[in-house]
Amino acid sequence: MTATSAMSAPTAPARRARRRIDWGKYVTWAVIVWLLSPIAFMIVFSFNDIKGRHNVAWQGFTLHWYRDAFAYPDLTQALVNSLLIAVLTMAAAGVLGGLLGLALGRYTFRGQGATDLVMFSAISAPEVVMGAGLLSMFLTMNIATGFWTIVISHVMFSVSFVAITVRARVLALDPSLEEAARDLGASAWTTFRLVTLPMLAPALMAGGLIAFVLSIDDYIITTFVSGNTTTFPLWIWGTTRVGTPPQVNVMGTLIFAVGVLLAVVNAVMARRRG
Amino acid sequence: MDSMTESAPAPVGAAEEAPPSADVPAIALEGVAKTFRTGREEVAAVARTDLEIAQGEFFSLLGPSGCGKTTTMRMVAGFEDPTEGTVRLKGADVTRVAPDRRDVNMVFQSYALFPHMTVFDNIAFGLRRKGVPRDEVRRRVGEMLELVELSGRGRTKPGRMSGGQQQRVALARALVNRPSALLLDEPLGALDLKLRQAMQIELKRIQRDVGITFVYVTHDQGEALTMSDRIAVMNKGAVEQLGPPREIYERPASRFVAGFIGTSNLLSGTVSDASGGLAAFPAGEEGTVRAATGAAVGETVEITVRPEKIALHTARPDGAGTRSRVPGTVSEVVYLGSATHYTVAVDTGAQGGTELTVYTQNSAGTDDGPARGDRVWLEWGPEHSYVLPA
Repeated sequence: MTATSAMSAPTAPARRARRRIDWGKYVTWAVIVWLLSPIAFMIVFSFNDIKGRHNVAWQGFTLHWYRDAFAYPDLTQALVNSLLIAVLTMAAAGVLGGLLGLALGRYTFRGQGATDLVMFSAISAPEVVMGAGLLSMFLTMNIATGFWTIVISHVMFSVSFVAITVRARVLALDPSLEEAARDLGASAWTTFRLVTLPMLAPALMAGGLIAFVLSIDDYIITTFVSGNTTTFPLWIWGTTRVGTPPQVNVMGTLIFAVGVLLAVVNAVMARRRG
Repeated sequence: MDSMTESAPAPVGAAEEAPPSADVPAIALEGVAKTFRTGREEVAAVARTDLEIAQGEFFSLLGPSGCGKTTTMRMVAGFEDPTEGTVRLKGADVTRVAPDRRDVNMVFQSYALFPHMTVFDNIAFGLRRKGVPRDEVRRRVGEMLELVELSGRGRTKPGRMSGGQQQRVALARALVNRPSALLLDEPLGALDLKLRQAMQIELKRIQRDVGITFVYVTHDQGEALTMSDRIAVMNKGAVEQLGPPREIYERPASRFVAGFIGTSNLLSGTVSDASGGLAAFPAGEEGTVRAATGAAVGETVEITVRPEKIALHTARPDGAGTRSRVPGTVSEVVYLGSATHYTVAVDTGAQGGTELTVYTQNSAGTDDGPARGDRVWLEWGPEHSYVLPA
């Protein structure tokens, strides 16, 4: 996310008239600073050598928290849960949303309008309402809440984002590409595998990353359906009243680093695909 | 990208299946029709059509957009199912055969090159689907790149090439499979004029070199006339005329064909004098149109005369003669360097005025020729007054 916005930032005009203030440049940088400063604070305070429970004032530099990153087994477990749930959500929402997006973009069928409506309502419905709804559904169906109900819920609210991303890509695709593959002797399945899927890959990747980010980040819906399972955001919220340990900043920093890495990899691959 | 070779059964209509014989047409359409259903309405895209395209022929389907030429081609390729009739490739019925099992290849208007593959992988796509061994793939793709003059560009992605180059890659990707026929859907439509003209000659050369049947869909009559052995002129889902370019141009079978192929100069009148296979009808008070036709006195005939067959005089030509002579006023002069195009308003009496186009070659010298508003006489031989079938 961050890497993308930085890259698409408008570049200053090559030549500037003398004495004319280039407001565009300052505004751009102000926006970037504004967007990045909370993350910068999180990173900086992961190095804060605090003595008490509260990680609020700068007290000196230390790498202590990185060495003891996994000092709280509960926190570690919560992070592992969150990552697992996010990866599962990404995979499931990727497959379902990909197929949904392909169907919506490529074909006209009965119930297309209804599908659109359901998809957008899943995006626009308040999370509290969705969380409460999901919880009462699980209770009614007698499903014990926990790890898997979190996964199901996360897939449910992120699948629309993948579908919309993929559909946009499908609509932009030249339909003769698939005809060309058929014409050259590829079966329907081979055409999908060698032409359609690679063409949709960037959209699937983008959609999958959105699903991952939405999942690892989610607090509200997760509280409703988590049962005894604790995720990273739930654990952090639980500690805010008693003082959040710097390990949270450490893990936040690591997650952020992985996110940036994925975004960079995606950008590089998109560039290589030309 | 995909080194895995999947061997597929030989496509229907492949050379191995039916022994090549000059008598068997490469493509035959027997009573083929296509109706599209839009809501409750049924729209006939192609009316019942019979066509035979010989092996090694350069065949063009020519017509305005919506005339059914692309639908006809797509039925040959297998992308549209005919509502009725039979499609045959080298004698074999392929009406219900999927496109990947037909031994024809298509060059798409948008080129439809796979953007995620290199030029080499694009061209090798069809061969790999057939399970052609790796060495042979490399050799044949190399040959193709040479044929379309893109040697050494195999590792390039199509997106980094110019329109003309992409066009040639699309051609190579289809030709490398050695199909029994190559279908080209307005392949030069996206190129600029100069490149289009160069590619027309190039396409004809390639077709002669490889000896494959080409079916060429176009709305550009110049393109069709330049390259084709035979042309089918289509209008409203039906073939209006089928024949070699010269015949289509010189002897159009209908008003539509006359108008669509080049500029048509139409004149009609009631025959006032007929003798010795020559009929004459008046055009205005002073003009006479003569045509080589057996029409009798009193019959109404319509003729068309090609612009380059008309001679332009500034004074009334001498002698009686058997030639058509029509006076008029120059209403437009377009100087084109090697030629000049005149539009002449002709008084045709009863039916009011009509305009005739005249092309003259600027070979005579520095003479400026008639200007706008000048009175001129048009003259042409009776053999150039082509009588349109009633």
